[in-house]
Formats: sequence, C-alpha cells, structure tokens
Amino acid sequence: MSRTTLDLWVGFFVAVGLGALLFLALKVGNMASASSGDTYAIQAKFDNIGGLKVRGAVKSAGVVVGRVTEIRFDPEAYVAVVTINLDARYKFPRDTFATINTSGLLGEQYIGFEVGGDTAMLKAGDTIKKTQSAVVLEKLISQFMFNKAAEDGGKK
Amino acid sequence: MDKVILGALRSLGQKVTSRIWRLGYASRFFLAMLLHSGTALRRLNLTIREIYFTGVLSLIIILVSGMFVGMVLGLQGYDTLQRYGSTEALGVLVSLSLVRELGPVVAALLFASRAGSAITAEIGMMKATEQLSAMEMMAVDPIARVVAPRFWGGVISMPLLAALFSAMGIFGGYLVGVQLIGVDEGSFWSQMQASVDFREDILNGVIKSFVFGIIVSWVAVFEGYDAEPTAEGVSGATTRTVVTSSLAILAADFILTAFMFTGT
Repeated sequence: MSRTTLDLWVGFFVAVGLGALLFLALKVGNMASASSGDTYAIQAKFDNIGGLKVRGAVKSAGVVVGRVTEIRFDPEAYVAVVTINLDARYKFPRDTFATINTSGLLGEQYIGFEVGGDTAMLKAGDTIKKTQSAVVLEKLISQFMFNKAAEDGGKK
Repeated sequence: MDKVILGALRSLGQKVTSRIWRLGYASRFFLAMLLHSGTALRRLNLTIREIYFTGVLSLIIILVSGMFVGMVLGLQGYDTLQRYGSTEALGVLVSLSLVRELGPVVAALLFASRAGSAITAEIGMMKATEQLSAMEMMAVDPIARVVAPRFWGGVISMPLLAALFSAMGIFGGYLVGVQLIGVDEGSFWSQMQASVDFREDILNGVIKSFVFGIIVSWVAVFEGYDAEPTAEGVSGATTRTVVTSSLAILAADFILTAFMFTGT
C-alpha cells in the first residue's frame, strides 16, 4: 500500500472539513463559553414570565452570570417557577431582586439581578423572594387608555 | 368507454405496484449493501478513492455557492432587519439560517446533482458494458467492490461539505454585512455567538447533513445498479437520481426539522 496524491487530496479535504466544523463550534456557536465550570441552581417565582425562554440569559450589571434551565407552572400558587443555574464564581445576597427585562425593543427577554444589602448569600436550592414580572404591553396600553378616559371624564 | 376506464385503472394500479416493488427492492439492496460494507471499510483505499471523486471534486461548487448564498443572505437580511432597526442581529440571521437549514439542504441538493448523478452514471455504464457481470463471473461481489465504497464515500463527504458550505456562507455574510454595508463587527460576532447553540443548532445541522448523505448516496447507487443496461436507461436513471434524491432531501428535511426544532 503506497501513498498517492489522491490520499493527499482526501486528507486535505477531511482536514478542511473538520476545520470548518471547528470554526462553527467555536467561533459561531457558544461552545467555548457554554462549558465553563461549576454552577449552582436557585429558583425564582414570577407572576408572569412574559416571553422568557429556557436557556435565556441571567444578567447582573449587564454581565451574563447564569442561564435559565427550567420553567414550570406551580398549580397551587398559580405562579411560574423558574430554575436558574448561576456561575459558581458569583455569589449574590439573599435579598437580590430578580426582574424580567427585554433587551432592545423587540429583543429577547432575560432575567436581571439587582443586588440587595443582605450579608447572607444565596445557596443552591434557595428561592428568590422579591421578583418583578415581565411588562405586558397590552396591560400597559389598557392602563394608559383607562387613565386617559378617566381624565377626559373628569374634565366634563 | 368501459375499456378506456378499465385501461386507465389498470395502468394506475400497475404504476403503484411497480413503485412499491421498487421501494422494496431498494430496501433489500440497502441491507445487502450494509452487510457487504466490510470490504469497503477494510480496503480503505477503495473508499478513499470515492471520497476523492465525490468530496474533493465537489469542493469548488460547494465553496463558491456557499459564499454566494451567504452574501445574498447578508444583503436580504440587512434590508429586512433595518426596517426594525435591529441590523446588529444580521450575524444571528445569517448563521442560524445557514447552520440549521440552508447549509445541509443546499449542500445536499448540490451534492446530489454534482456527485450523485456521476455515481449513477458510472455504475449504470459499468452495468451496461457488463463489467458488473464480469466481476460476478470472477467471484467478486460487485456490491462489495463497486457499490459499498461509493456509498460510504458519499456518506463521509456530505457532512464535511455541509460544514464547509455553512462556514463559507457565514464568511460571505460577514463580507457583505460588515465589510460592505458596515454593520458593527463586534455585535455581528457576539450576537451570533450568544444565540447559536452548539448542540441545538450546529449538531442538529450535522445530523441533518449526515442523513442527507445517506439518502443521496443510497438513491444514487441504487438507481445506477437498477438502471436498464442501455444508453437510454442510464440517462433515465441519472435523471431519476437527481429528481428522487432532491425530493427525498426536502421531505426528510421537513421531518427532521419537525423533530429537532419544536419551538421551545
């Protein structure tokens, strides 16, 4: 079995193909950042999660500190229970305030952490008590309309 | 009148049965090919030769068309996105549409017409010139010696070609979006990385292209092997390869997409 130029070309082809796959994985995808180190899970209960999705970002001061791993409905309290995996490098006080925000006008929704002043830190399995629901556009508009109508009614 | 209706019914029934008969024959052929794959994998030289003919020789068409598809996506995507004031999402649009859909599907369609038709014509001509019968006379199994290496060559080449197509398309989108139009380079790449998931998007695209590789190679070798041993028969088989594998790719794409991306 001797080497031929054919082998060279096929080797070149396979190398370039695998290189393209590597480019897709590292440069295009988030494989480099997704598999970074340990996490711990906490929960947060929201009255309304809006358009939040699994794998959505959790940000504090604009920096991604974790990801949403599970969203389910609590049939007893009628609230949404969101499980969050936080990066083990970051600790947050017990009274951290979780809000659902939107990036940009039509962007996707993420959970924002506003840090409180408690000295005790959140541990794995804890539940965040203070949360703010997503802003629902229809509610905002209807509130505005009712206020407007009430103002007009008062003038007469 | 009765005769006309009866004749029409008869020919319809005959067409349906012959299709089903061919499908069964193709499935049996597929199994026989898998059983005889040992030779193709043991004598790797045979398979490497086929990877050269199906993969390496398809490189140019795959790279050039990937580049153009990416550039068109860049232009069209920018035009649509700027209406919503979110042109930074151009990288997301280009990369997701390439990695999930266009990369595997368009690369497979090109592969079917570039390499699949060549495989069918080659095997069909071997049959027409009775080379396959000659092999059988010499106790060489033509399925193991001729068919299986071509099948595996196609199956191995296809995912690599699809990955190259996607990578080249993203590069084309980058050229048009960032270099030509002037979308911010940082947000182009960072938004892309934030929303393209390795397992969900890239790996599913690779699985798709692998399935398409099996479909195209199977159709191509079967049509060649089943071709009527005449010049006309071979040309008809070559046409059928392109038509059947293109339709099968698109149908399989729908099924795979329905399984993979259920909108969670």
